[in-house]
Amino acid sequence: MKILVLINNVPDTTTKIRFTGDNTAFDTTRVQWIINPWDELALTRSVELKEAGAVEQISVANVGAQITEPTLRKALAVGADDAIRIDAEPKDAFFVANQLAEVAKDYDIILAGIEASDYNGSAVGGMLAELLDFNSVSAVSGLNIENGELVINREIDGGSQVLSISTPVVLIVQKGIAKEPRIPAMRGIMMARKKPLNVVAPADADAKTTLVDFTLPPPKAACKMVDEENAKDLVALLHEEAKVL
Amino acid sequence: MNFEFTEEQLMIQQAARDYAQRELIQDVLERDEKAEFPTQHVKNLAELGFMGMMVDPDYDGGGMDTVSYILAMEELSKVDASISVIVSVNNSLVCYGLEKYGTEEQKQKYLKPLARGEIIGAFLLSEPEAGSDATHQHTRAEDKGDHYLLNGTKNWITSANSASVYLVAAQTHPDKKHHGINVFLVEKDSPGISLGPHEDKMGMRSSDTHSVMFSDVKVPKENRIGEDGFGFKFAMKTLEAGRMGIAAQALGIASGAYERALAYAKERKAFGTEIANHQVIAFKLADMAVKIENARNLCLKAAWLKDNDQSFSQASAMAKLYCADIAMEVTTEAVQIHGGYGYVREYHVERLMREAKLTQIYEGTSEVQKIVISRSILRD
Amino acid sequence: MSILVYTENWDGKFKKLSFELVSYAAAIAKEMGSSVTALSIGEVADNELNKLGNFGAAKVLNVNDSRYNSFDNRALSMAVASAAQAEDAKVVIFAHTNLGKAIAPRVAIKLDAGLVSGVTELPSNFSPFIVQKKVFTGKSFTNVQVDADVKVLTFSQNSFELVETGGTAEIVAFDPQLGDDIFATSVKETNKVTGKVLLTDAEIVISGGRGMKGPENWAGLEEMADLLKAGLACSRPVSDEGWRPHTEHVGQTGKIIAPNLYFAFGISGAIQHLGGVSSSKVIVAINKDPEAPIFETADYGIVGDVQKVIPQLIEGIKEM
Repeated sequence: MKILVLINNVPDTTTKIRFTGDNTAFDTTRVQWIINPWDELALTRSVELKEAGAVEQISVANVGAQITEPTLRKALAVGADDAIRIDAEPKDAFFVANQLAEVAKDYDIILAGIEASDYNGSAVGGMLAELLDFNSVSAVSGLNIENGELVINREIDGGSQVLSISTPVVLIVQKGIAKEPRIPAMRGIMMARKKPLNVVAPADADAKTTLVDFTLPPPKAACKMVDEENAKDLVALLHEEAKVL
Repeated sequence: MNFEFTEEQLMIQQAARDYAQRELIQDVLERDEKAEFPTQHVKNLAELGFMGMMVDPDYDGGGMDTVSYILAMEELSKVDASISVIVSVNNSLVCYGLEKYGTEEQKQKYLKPLARGEIIGAFLLSEPEAGSDATHQHTRAEDKGDHYLLNGTKNWITSANSASVYLVAAQTHPDKKHHGINVFLVEKDSPGISLGPHEDKMGMRSSDTHSVMFSDVKVPKENRIGEDGFGFKFAMKTLEAGRMGIAAQALGIASGAYERALAYAKERKAFGTEIANHQVIAFKLADMAVKIENARNLCLKAAWLKDNDQSFSQASAMAKLYCADIAMEVTTEAVQIHGGYGYVREYHVERLMREAKLTQIYEGTSEVQKIVISRSILRD
Repeated sequence: MSILVYTENWDGKFKKLSFELVSYAAAIAKEMGSSVTALSIGEVADNELNKLGNFGAAKVLNVNDSRYNSFDNRALSMAVASAAQAEDAKVVIFAHTNLGKAIAPRVAIKLDAGLVSGVTELPSNFSPFIVQKKVFTGKSFTNVQVDADVKVLTFSQNSFELVETGGTAEIVAFDPQLGDDIFATSVKETNKVTGKVLLTDAEIVISGGRGMKGPENWAGLEEMADLLKAGLACSRPVSDEGWRPHTEHVGQTGKIIAPNLYFAFGISGAIQHLGGVSSSKVIVAINKDPEAPIFETADYGIVGDVQKVIPQLIEGIKEM
């Protein structure tokens, strides 16, 4: 069983969001880049499955410029066997999925995070599945491999399910797939030096969307305070003033 | 000159930060209060490779440089100095000394499990009547032909109860003064070893500190480090490296307190605005930031010298002295910025202040560092 | 030409968000001089299907086929794409839910369409087609231009007012004619949250944090949720401690919700938590710590003991 984990390079989740060029571009100065949190959980689960002997190989792939290599190297340190970087600036989900389709077809399981914490697209995994004509399951919160068969937990809106599905398959994973992202050990960091990080030239593909500009939400009005003793007044405010009760 | 860290150094820093901010923070207050040894954390840190970071991979270590070690020590110490002193003693005293001066057999038998963190080590030099002055060792190691017989008492021993293997300094040839001192690898469960009570310390309360008594403890000849009489030099050389770990620890205590004070000052309001907007607080923060930056640079310089096989004795003494002193200053100011909140346990800074004090005392007091530094500059 | 809406149902009833989607689609259809076709997949009775007309659907395509109950992503996307083609849909609208996010990208590829997910407003422009969506987990918005003939949108719920038109829809049975082999997902077990309001569909959400002190203190929140027909949620420490099930965890790494009203009891408001709830229309915070960051984001707040406040709120709600 071979797993490919899609790795997105995103700003640290505590980053202050600023824009440049008349609000047309995200300001990347002083941004610390991390592995997209859901991708990191997907990778962690893959490593656990490999340690349990259910998976032979884990690859990681991303679409990005050289600046994204530290996140791939971290993925190698955490336990991926090899990394693929498709050397292009990601334009949109359609573009990225088309790039990944070139390198993803030989894997049994492809894991993608349920969304990226920057552009919140939730699209690449599904698009990739369609381009490869693979099955896909979304909102996956558990993955086990029993005698070569995939047993998957997924969240549905209003509950959860256990299901099985044949490979090849794209699994779009969310919280629960692994408990906590794995911290790379010194040994892993050392081994990552020798693991291959292959840079691949991009395929010909267009984008179907462009980001025109950004706006920050308007500053919030000050919080209206109610005394602890008069908590009942809050109900009246929500009913009459905010009209949400 | 290059002030940039490598990708690997940053990865190690991040790993230490993740572990500290995610795991150590959970129970640090409770462990401080109960003075509980962090057995599980030590095990986890061992699995991550932090217990023998710099040891050659051939001896099961992490093979990382001293700069990485400094970065990791700072991150761990921001949250929990009790943990970081255990890490420091194991790495930069025990593993370092053993790797540099031990025999191949000693390394195979002791260094490997120490580097893997399966066992931890302790360094036994201080005595009830000999702390800063290590030349006068009252503990005796009598040469009995095929073994030595140890008698005496060691004081203030970090990890004394949790360690499985001790590096013990003892006098074999009193007539030769400090040239007669030897250091031995002694297994903690050897007959004749007993421990004093757990020291109830002001800070670093979850590291276990005891005195250790030796009564006719037999140590095989092959457990002596180096030639007969090498012990004092061994201890001094090892302490040069050990100081760097404590310097980084003090740095971490300072930067941990500073980060908390900064965040608090940006949130807490007084006289209609965040207190960070009051110049009296803003200037305090500026002073703290400068001290921390200086401290970090001293640590990294010493580490760089060591990594490049240059003499680092003076640099590590400077780093230890300065970092410990500013740790005390910065933590005191951090408590001040927090006001009343700073004086209660929940806000961490009072604990960091208690922990800072020890960095001015152990592994060579600030006064001893000044002796080292002044001798070094006067000799040149 | 039409605007196609993929509706979601639950236990044979449409979720509220389906009506919201149809209202939203009707507003777009009006601008584009088009009409709304709603697609219903699953087992929904005619009287329920009729309700879609009241929100602006001119036509309802009804795929009454229990095989889709496994939510097989490939089969669903084939069904939606064939409906879109049959109806010559220029815009296909999904809810920004687990299901919508799962199918929309596949449909976009099939239709060679441009996809925008997490849309919060009507398009600001139709030629070129420009629509706003949330980015950076609600910390910012962006205008996205779609450079394709067909547009696929996933729409963030509770962003658009329901509009009742009083209209009726023509209900047409639709069969995408998929063979059994297409349905590869084999469901072994389903655990439905029954008798409770769906967290992601709830207009009001009541959430508890570490300040609740322990799982035994949730009775008041449960009572409030019953009274207000609200969903129950919690912060990450609470689900990590096992006080409440993980399915209730809202936040950046848990569920991301956008109800009209969000109550945060004993939640300090870490940035990761706010990432999951900041799109709520009105946020109410109850916390003993006046410095808690939640008050920066909240619209209404009480500094005080949650256990003293909850009974008063319950009393107030009962009197309302």
